[in-house]
Amino acid sequence: MAIEKPYGILARFQDPGTLLKAAESIRDAGYKNFDCHSPFPIHGMDQAMGLKRSPLGWIVGATAFCGGSAALGLQWWTHAIEYPIVISGKPFFSFQAFVLVTFAMAVLGGAVAATFGMLFLNRLPRYHNHLFFSKQFETTSDDCFFISIDANDKNFKDHQSKEFLESIGGYDVELIVES
Amino acid sequence: MKLDASTYRLSEAGRPGQIGLILGLLGLIAGGAGYWVDSEQFFFSYLTAFFYWFTFAIGGLFFVLLHHLVAATWSVVIRRLAESVMATVPFMALLFIPILFGVHDLYHWSHAEAVADDVLLQGKAPYLNFGFFALRAALYFGIWTLLSYLLRKISFKQDKGEVQDFPHKTAFISAPGMIAFALTLTFASFDWLMTLDPHWYSTIFGVYIFSGCVVSIFAFMILTFRFLGKNKILTETITIEHYHDMGKMLFAFMVFWAYMAFSQYFIIWYGNVPEETIWFIHRWEGSWKTISLLLVFGNFGIPFFILITRVAKRAGLMMVIMPIWLLIMHWIDIFWIVTPTLHKHGYHISWMDPALTIGIGGIFFYLVWSRFIARPIIPVGDPKLKASINSLSH
Repeated sequence: MAIEKPYGILARFQDPGTLLKAAESIRDAGYKNFDCHSPFPIHGMDQAMGLKRSPLGWIVGATAFCGGSAALGLQWWTHAIEYPIVISGKPFFSFQAFVLVTFAMAVLGGAVAATFGMLFLNRLPRYHNHLFFSKQFETTSDDCFFISIDANDKNFKDHQSKEFLESIGGYDVELIVES
Repeated sequence: MKLDASTYRLSEAGRPGQIGLILGLLGLIAGGAGYWVDSEQFFFSYLTAFFYWFTFAIGGLFFVLLHHLVAATWSVVIRRLAESVMATVPFMALLFIPILFGVHDLYHWSHAEAVADDVLLQGKAPYLNFGFFALRAALYFGIWTLLSYLLRKISFKQDKGEVQDFPHKTAFISAPGMIAFALTLTFASFDWLMTLDPHWYSTIFGVYIFSGCVVSIFAFMILTFRFLGKNKILTETITIEHYHDMGKMLFAFMVFWAYMAFSQYFIIWYGNVPEETIWFIHRWEGSWKTISLLLVFGNFGIPFFILITRVAKRAGLMMVIMPIWLLIMHWIDIFWIVTPTLHKHGYHISWMDPALTIGIGGIFFYLVWSRFIARPIIPVGDPKLKASINSLSH
């Protein structure tokens, strides 16, 4: 028989308000690896969970800059260095004509970085999450509110965490095990 | 200055308006004296000043049209100020009258002998003649006045709770209103600014002017609400979230201005048709080149890197500096469009430029302020008001 290793603990909450309050308590108790599950976004949840601002903007900015620079560099190299052709009497390096491609490549770079950066930061794609072993968790996309705490959080202790979640208004507390 | 907590009206608040009125009258008298000094310079300065403040008024109208058209929530709290700004449109029609007297000083196409020598102007004569010019101006102001009157009336009725189905009624005005707005503003900018060089044409010119209108209204609203906030008014109502949102709009339309300016330049540069390129050649001659470069970096390059950050849009100081900066740049933009027709070989700022800009600006501010304090300063009857106050941005 395989040894059952705890994956995390799941607790149900009454409504978005108590979920928000509970998230604040868990944050203040020093937990880092926990998540809130709700059928809809809740204003103020980022602060309540103590989440930092996403670094996605910086990733997008840097990639857009690289995309633009690469596009401008390529046009400069092909038109002015490697294969100079006079086009309608304009100089070889006519930045005006290169702005459009530079702009488009910067936007493309930014958009691609935004999409894949978002997936990367969300640790997606993944096929399965152990929380799906829980029967009651199925209702989270419908009308229920949950908080899960990961077992790999340094503050995590089975019984203590269970009691803690119950003390802040959680019920139907369930230990999820990796099997 | 005090805010009545039950009616949401300002009391003891006449002073800013009075200052505006006094400055306005002084500026108009001083600038008006310029007519006897140099009538040509006077009319060019007057057109610059008039058009600059006109973009605020028309920007206010656009904001209200757009707000109703998309049934926006976040901007409900700031709507009343935009409505006060658009209420100045009929007065802008009065301020336009001097331009009709200055047609001969401003517009080359108005001279019969110039038209007789010029086959292109003969071709354009059915459109570019004084009668039709004045008639079109009357039509534009008529449409704008009607729109601003209807939207203000329904908004005040909503305050008293007398309007049912407000979103549909306002959309019913705004949807055709927006189409009329787009066409009238495009043709107004063609008539008043583009025909300063009657050979020159650019189809994107109306959109270029429009982008400046939106920048000016958002800059004006940010500064006015900051001024109110400094007097401890609406500090809990207009929150940092609203400044962040207005800052985003300011940033977006500043970028949009650059996009339009470059598109206009790029097409003309590529086509290389003398009738079109002459407009940019005038603006690249002598010291005008400095102004052109100032616009590229001052109205786009530098503000782009400042306003793109979240910090700047939520910071108290930057949200004062950047709107003021962009309003100065917007003035330079109008100056750069109008004045090269008069001073072809290098820029020259006459004393009439600041005098008339302060003059019309003072009157404009007096009108906006007196309308703003005459009513509740937020739309108290709007069911979305609470959601708007609590709105969050990211």
